[in-house]
Amino acid sequence: MVEATGLFSKLWLVPALPLAGALFNCLLGRQVSNFVVSIVACGSIGLAAVLSLLLFNSFLKLPVEQRHIELCMYNWIPSGDFVAPIDLLLDPLSMVMITMVSGVSFLIHVYSVGYMSRDESFARYFFYLNLFVFFMLLLVLAGNFKVLYIGWEGVGTCSYLLISFLYHKHSAARAGLKAFVVTRFGDFFFALGIMLVFVQFKSIYFGEVLPRAHEVLTPVMATWIALLIFGGAVGKSAQVPLHTWLPDAMEAPTPVSALIHAATMVTAGVYLVARCYPIFQLSPTAMSTVAVIGLLTAVISATIALVNNDIKRILAYSTVSQLGHMFIGLGVGAPAAAIFHLLTHAFAKALLFLGAGAVIHALHEEMDIRRMGALKGHIPATFWTFLVGALAMAGIPGLAGFFSKDAILEASFTNGGVLLWLIMVVTAGLTAFYCFRLFFNAFLGEKRWDPHVEEVHHPAPVMTIPLMLLAVLAAVGGYMGVPHALGGADRISSFLAPVFPPAHHTDGGSSSKSLEIILMVVSSLSALGGISLAYFFYVMPGNREIPERLRQTFGGIYDALSNGWYFDKVYQVVFVDRFMGAANFFWQAVDTSVLDMTVRGLAGLVLGGGAVVPRLQTGLVRWYALFMVAGAVVIMGYLFL
Amino acid sequence: MLAANQYLMVGVILFGIGVIGFLTRRNVIVLLMCIELMINGAGLAFVSFCRQTGSLDGQVFVLFAMVIAAVEIAVALSIVLLVFRNRATLDVDEMEVLKW
Repeated sequence: MVEATGLFSKLWLVPALPLAGALFNCLLGRQVSNFVVSIVACGSIGLAAVLSLLLFNSFLKLPVEQRHIELCMYNWIPSGDFVAPIDLLLDPLSMVMITMVSGVSFLIHVYSVGYMSRDESFARYFFYLNLFVFFMLLLVLAGNFKVLYIGWEGVGTCSYLLISFLYHKHSAARAGLKAFVVTRFGDFFFALGIMLVFVQFKSIYFGEVLPRAHEVLTPVMATWIALLIFGGAVGKSAQVPLHTWLPDAMEAPTPVSALIHAATMVTAGVYLVARCYPIFQLSPTAMSTVAVIGLLTAVISATIALVNNDIKRILAYSTVSQLGHMFIGLGVGAPAAAIFHLLTHAFAKALLFLGAGAVIHALHEEMDIRRMGALKGHIPATFWTFLVGALAMAGIPGLAGFFSKDAILEASFTNGGVLLWLIMVVTAGLTAFYCFRLFFNAFLGEKRWDPHVEEVHHPAPVMTIPLMLLAVLAAVGGYMGVPHALGGADRISSFLAPVFPPAHHTDGGSSSKSLEIILMVVSSLSALGGISLAYFFYVMPGNREIPERLRQTFGGIYDALSNGWYFDKVYQVVFVDRFMGAANFFWQAVDTSVLDMTVRGLAGLVLGGGAVVPRLQTGLVRWYALFMVAGAVVIMGYLFL
Repeated sequence: MLAANQYLMVGVILFGIGVIGFLTRRNVIVLLMCIELMINGAGLAFVSFCRQTGSLDGQVFVLFAMVIAAVEIAVALSIVLLVFRNRATLDVDEMEVLKW
C-alpha cells in the first residue's frame, strides 16, 4: 500500500467536484439561469476530467510496482473488527476507468446542454447527471467493497431518477421502476457476496482481500463468492436473464442513455468482475458461468436487435450484446481485453447514442427507423460521425472496436474453443448487420418521414462538437491496444497487467502470430458480410421487400425476435402477475379486512370506552365513597365466600 | 365482664353509622364527624382484638390513629373554612367542580 502524495493526494477531488456541481444544481439550480446551471454542471465534470488526465500523466511516471495508491478519507463505521473507512484506490484499472468516465461524461454533459435546452426541468436534469457522475467515480475509485457498494447503489438510484425523468409519462415511470427492481434483484446477491467476503477475510479492503484470496478461500467458497458478486454484475450490466430492464430504460432522455445505459453504469458489472478477478480465477465454475452468460447475452440480444425498429432500442440491445462480449472476455481469462473493449465500446456507443439523439431531435422525436431515411444531406455532421461509430461498433479494421473485439475473440479461440469463437464471429456479423441496418435506414434511401415533419431540426454546435470528439476517440481509441501480431505493443494489457495476476489454469498469448491474423481476417470478413447484407437489403433499390418476404417466411422466428424472445412476457406471467396477485390478496384480504378491522376495532373500543368511563368521575365526594363501600363489600364477599 | 365480641360489635356499629352518615348527609362538617366515627369504630375494633390476643400492637396503632385523626381534622376544617369563605356553602354536592 502506497500512501498518496503530491498530486495523488488531490484524488478525492475527482468525485468531489461532480458532487459539488450536483449540490449546487440541487440547491440553487432553480434560482439561477440555465446558462449558469450548464456552466456549473459541465465545468465541474470538465475539471474532474482534466484532473483525471493530469493524474494519468503522473501515474504513468510512477514505477509499475508503486501503481497502487490508497487514500483514506475518514473512518466511517469503526465497530469491533469491522472498520468501514471511505477510502479511494487508484490502480491501473481505476485509473483508466476514471479517465474514461470523466471524459465521456464531460462530452455528454456538453451535448446535453443543447439537447435539453428547451426542457423546463433543466436544473433537475443536471443535478441527477452530476450526481450520477459522482457515484460512478466513487464506484470505480472505491478502495473497499463498501464504498464500491455505495457507488453501486448510487448509480442505480440516479439511473432510476433519470429513466423516470419525464415522470408524468406513464411508460417512463414504469420503466424506471422496472430498471430499479430488476437491478436491485442482482444487487441483493452482490450484498450477500460482500458479507461472505467479510466472513471469510475479516476485511473488505481490496488491498487485503484480493492478494490473499488464493490462501484464504477454498474452491467451493471462491465459487460462491464469485457467483454472488457476478449476480450483482448480471443485474447492473443487463445480462441474461436480468437484461430486460435496459431496453425499457430507453425512456430516459437520449444523452442519459448514452452516458448511463451505454458508456458507464452498465459497464460497472464488467468493472466489478475485473476488480474481483483474483477471486474469479480461483473458480473455474464461476469463470465458465461468466463466459456462458456473456455468450447467451451476446447472441440473444444481437438477434433481437436485428428486427427491432426503434432506433434507441436497437442500440440498447446492441449495448447488452457488447456487454456480453466483455463478460466472455472476462470468462475466458482475458480481463484486460474486456476492459479494453469496455473503453472502446464506451466511446463508440456514446457516439452512436448521441448521434441517435441528433436524429431523433432532427425528426421531431421520431424513433422508428421505418419513418426515417435520407438524412444524410440534412444533418451531415451527424451522418459522418454516426458512420464512424457504426464502423467502430461493427469491428471494421483500423477503428477502435476492431482491436478490442479482436482481443476478446483471440482469447476465446485460445481458451474457450473453436465453437465459442465461431458463435462470436457469427455474432460479429449480426452486430455489423444491425448497426448498418439502422444506419442505412436512418441516413440513406428515400425519405419515409412522418408527413408532419416539415423541416429538419439542425443540431447546434454544442451537440455536434461532442459528436466529433467522440468520433475521433472511437476511431483512434483502439490504438492503445494494437496487438503484438500487428506490430503493436498492446499497451493497455501491459498497463493493466499488475491488476490481473497471470491465471493459473489458462495460458494466454500462446497462439501464433499467423493464427491471430487469420482470426482477425475471418472476423473482419464476417463484419463486412453483415454490412454488405444490410447494404443489399436497405440501400440497393428494389430490395426492400426482401426483408419483408423473409419476415413472412419465418413468421414464428420473427415474432420471437421482435418480442425479445418472450423474456418480458414470461416474466410478466411468472413474476409480475403472481406478485400482483399476491399483493392484491394481501391488500384486500389481509390488510383491509383483517388488519385494518382489528386496528379500527381496537380504536373504536378505546374511543367508546373513553366516552363512557369518564362519566364516573362526577366530582361528588359521596358518590366516590359509595363506590369505595361497594368495593369493600365486594372484596369482603370474595374473602368470605 | 363483657365478651370481646361485644366490644367488636360496638366498633362495627360505630363504623356502620359513620358510613351511612357519610353517604346520606350533605353537610361537610357532618361528613367529617362521620369520618371520626368510622376511625373510632376501627380503633375500637383494634383494641378489642388486642384484648383477645393480649398483644399491645393494636393499642399502639390506635394511639397513632388518634393523633393522625386529630391532625386530619385540623387540616380538613381549615379547608372547609376556606371553601365556605369562597362559596358560602357547606353542601358537598355543590362542591363538584373537580370532575371530568
